[in-house]
Amino acid sequence: MATTRSVNGRSQSVDVDPATPLLFVLSDDLSLRGPKFGCGLGQCGACTVIANGQAIRSCVTPVNTVANAEITTLEGLGTPEKPHAIQQAFIDEQAAQCGFCLNGVILTAKAFLDKNPRANEQQVEQALSGVLCRCYANVRMLKAVNRYAKAVAR
Amino acid sequence: MKALLTSDARRALADAGFSRRAFLKGSGALIVTFASASIADRFDGVFAQGFNGTGSTRLDSWIAIGSDGIVTAYTGKCDFGQGLYTAQMQLVAEELCVPFSRVRLIQCDTSMTPDQGTTSGQQSHPTNFNTTNLALAAATARETLLKLAAARFGGSSSGLVAKDGVIGAGSNRVTYAELVGGKKFEVSLDMSAKRRHPREWTVLGTAVPRVDMREMVTGRFEFVHNVKVPGMLHGVVVRPPSVGASVMSADEASVRDLPGVVKVVVKQNFVGVVAQKPWQAMQAANRLKVNWTPGPALPTQRDAYQQIRTQPSADTLLVDSGDVDAMLSKSATVIKATYQHPYQMHGSMGSSCAVADVQGDKATLWSATQSAYPTRNTTAMLLGLKQENIRVIYTRGAGCYGINGADTVTYDAAVLSQAVGKPVRVQLSRKDEMAWENYGNLFAIDQRVGLDKDGTIAVWDYEAWSAAKGGRPGYNTPGNVVTGTLLGMNPGPFNPRTPAPPPTNPLNNGSNTAPSYIAGRVRDSQNGAGVVRSERVLSHRVRSPFFTGPLRAPERLQNTFAHESFMDEIAAHVKADPVAYRLKHLSHRRLSEAVRQAAKTANWDARPSPRPGQRLTGVVSGRGISCVCYEGDNGYVAMIADVDVDQDSGQVRVTRLVIAQDCGPISNPDGMRNQIEGGALQGMSRCLGEEVTWDNEKVTSVDWRTYHVLPLGFAPPRIDIVLINQTDEEACGSGETSITVVAAAIGNAIFDATGARLRTVPFTPERVKAALAARTSTA
Repeated sequence: MATTRSVNGRSQSVDVDPATPLLFVLSDDLSLRGPKFGCGLGQCGACTVIANGQAIRSCVTPVNTVANAEITTLEGLGTPEKPHAIQQAFIDEQAAQCGFCLNGVILTAKAFLDKNPRANEQQVEQALSGVLCRCYANVRMLKAVNRYAKAVAR
Repeated sequence: MKALLTSDARRALADAGFSRRAFLKGSGALIVTFASASIADRFDGVFAQGFNGTGSTRLDSWIAIGSDGIVTAYTGKCDFGQGLYTAQMQLVAEELCVPFSRVRLIQCDTSMTPDQGTTSGQQSHPTNFNTTNLALAAATARETLLKLAAARFGGSSSGLVAKDGVIGAGSNRVTYAELVGGKKFEVSLDMSAKRRHPREWTVLGTAVPRVDMREMVTGRFEFVHNVKVPGMLHGVVVRPPSVGASVMSADEASVRDLPGVVKVVVKQNFVGVVAQKPWQAMQAANRLKVNWTPGPALPTQRDAYQQIRTQPSADTLLVDSGDVDAMLSKSATVIKATYQHPYQMHGSMGSSCAVADVQGDKATLWSATQSAYPTRNTTAMLLGLKQENIRVIYTRGAGCYGINGADTVTYDAAVLSQAVGKPVRVQLSRKDEMAWENYGNLFAIDQRVGLDKDGTIAVWDYEAWSAAKGGRPGYNTPGNVVTGTLLGMNPGPFNPRTPAPPPTNPLNNGSNTAPSYIAGRVRDSQNGAGVVRSERVLSHRVRSPFFTGPLRAPERLQNTFAHESFMDEIAAHVKADPVAYRLKHLSHRRLSEAVRQAAKTANWDARPSPRPGQRLTGVVSGRGISCVCYEGDNGYVAMIADVDVDQDSGQVRVTRLVIAQDCGPISNPDGMRNQIEGGALQGMSRCLGEEVTWDNEKVTSVDWRTYHVLPLGFAPPRIDIVLINQTDEEACGSGETSITVVAAAIGNAIFDATGARLRTVPFTPERVKAALAARTSTA
């Protein structure tokens, strides 16, 4: 079955089993590198995308449930040459080790701060409580998110 | 990001296959694989990279200078997130006196890079940043260029200066490209080539930002999970339902009607499904009917620490002064304690993934293994191919922290690709990653010391039991990981040996089996870091029902937990300050300095533990110290932890960590801090929550709900780091150092706060409450 949705501002049509998790459509059919298979259970955040402004776990989201959604992946935020402000904050703080979790960290924080631009540090931590970084670059990542949060609040 | 060899360049190389050649994008250096090195010489402006077997004494295996002046370096040590890629580029830029932007680096590709074995154990800094391998190659290249320039100018090289890829003297000047651009050096590594001294450094020793950061944060970086090969299919493995189960039959018909299924592959106990798309392969693997014969029952988890004491064991005496029992019997005081550390897992963020393209008698593997060359050899064994016909291209996976599923999934992909004759990508499920990886070893450790009448340690007796099976496959043991075993290969042999023969070799404290406080005397040698001269270090290794293998600070972490917790118990017993008591028993200058620096930065309040006047309910605070000479001589660290303990809930909150660390000359201070911070927090996760669990037939900690790790959102402690830059010492490691001391630092702080001693990791609220209860019942 062909399904269509907007991914990073472009209309994308793919012919897949409608029960296919969105993640596989994005990473396999559309060859996007941002969303990643971490656990396949919605527990770690590596597969996060922003759908209609909401951070969702694409590994447990059947593609047919987001048929008309506006989807943004990590590569939809900015480019290496022109990174988004939250991506720039991570560059400034050198906030990563292996980088596999960055997708979930950045998109979860971005979607949260879009809705809660005046969030304090505790609220940011709370918002990221379901995201995992196994290299434990936590200190830098929280600094990066809070650096961006301050810029947003201004 | 053209300055880097990343996905685009890799793709060019991959497209070229082996026995052919491809330009490195943006560098002008030609890569020629071992099969066709001679062809390259006919091309202008290009340069051949040969293959010279294990390691290499040939400069051309390590460094190439293109006709455009770009320096391309080849390394057998890979970056899996620790920042080594950037640091190695810094090293090459520094030694060759070229701007950082003019350096390219190719890491761990068996068709191009020297065989440097495995990247592990914080060995890369000592291996490639001292006076051998990549460092020596870069220094040799600089000195060779100076000699070539001198010959061109007609004089001696002694007055010549290399800067920014140009060698000048007076009005004479010549660029590297003019001297050797596109040509081979044709020289051997020169052991007398001199490294630039850290005092002269302008690139090395500075906080150069990670070159992969922009691509990572914008979702462009190519992980092995992102590798795509034309015609690639997707495989999913079906692991046994219980440990040791074997296949009776597999019913292919059960998945025949599913869309996209290409093949069901059954080889001995290895079962997998290949399909057109990943979701199709997953569904087929779930649906496939396989009849399994169960394996033997597993030992009961609750009894595991007792059970390992009763098994046949391989025994090792590392140190034995011969007088330990006599000394203990005449000591004024004897103190004993037992420490227990569970199996823990690497638990990588991303389930392991690999892509294999096996075509006839040739194979190309995209793998996140830490061991490119060894993986080439062991895959050759499994596929029945010649080693030289297999190319392993290291491609980063999720952080591994040791041997996660990267090696085993590489075998999975290779076997499935061979079965279908097409490229196959395999990504493990979360459960298959966690249930079958090579865990960090389970340990039970008995410690005993005898004190003399003034409270000084006179004798130290260590005896430990640990469980192990398998490990890194190395060059010839694919059975050391699960896929190899399922395919009929055996794990490395287990040879019980009791009693242990007396020690003959000088103490090698590579696993930190010996505490830092003993003299470590064997015959005429004395390799310990301490002063206790009556000493015995005896280990019993038993067979584990689960695969085990190096997990960040393997064994070093478990042993150091026991040593540093025990040292704290001894100091408390004699009512001594834990810092002063450690210093009194240490002879090691660099470790002592780390301890002093940490204490100074933490404003350490010199007094015995526990802290006087503490309440027995509610939240109380305490501090603890721990230190280690990592692997005896590969990095020195001291950590001071401040904790709050909620005595009603048993919750431990770490509020501050002070870490002083010495790894010799610092190559990239921000990279080192990043490693120290990550190691410290990962260590917190491991000591506060992580434990592999199992029932009578299988592992039950198989996802993030059942294996308990700290998430991103917990409020991290304040971390203060003291970098001790020892510019006149050799480079040693910093990736595994801080994690090694965390459990004891926190456990000692809990004791300081409460008077309760935690001797079993992890320090769950239940265990903390039990320790608190034991305190009140004995008080």
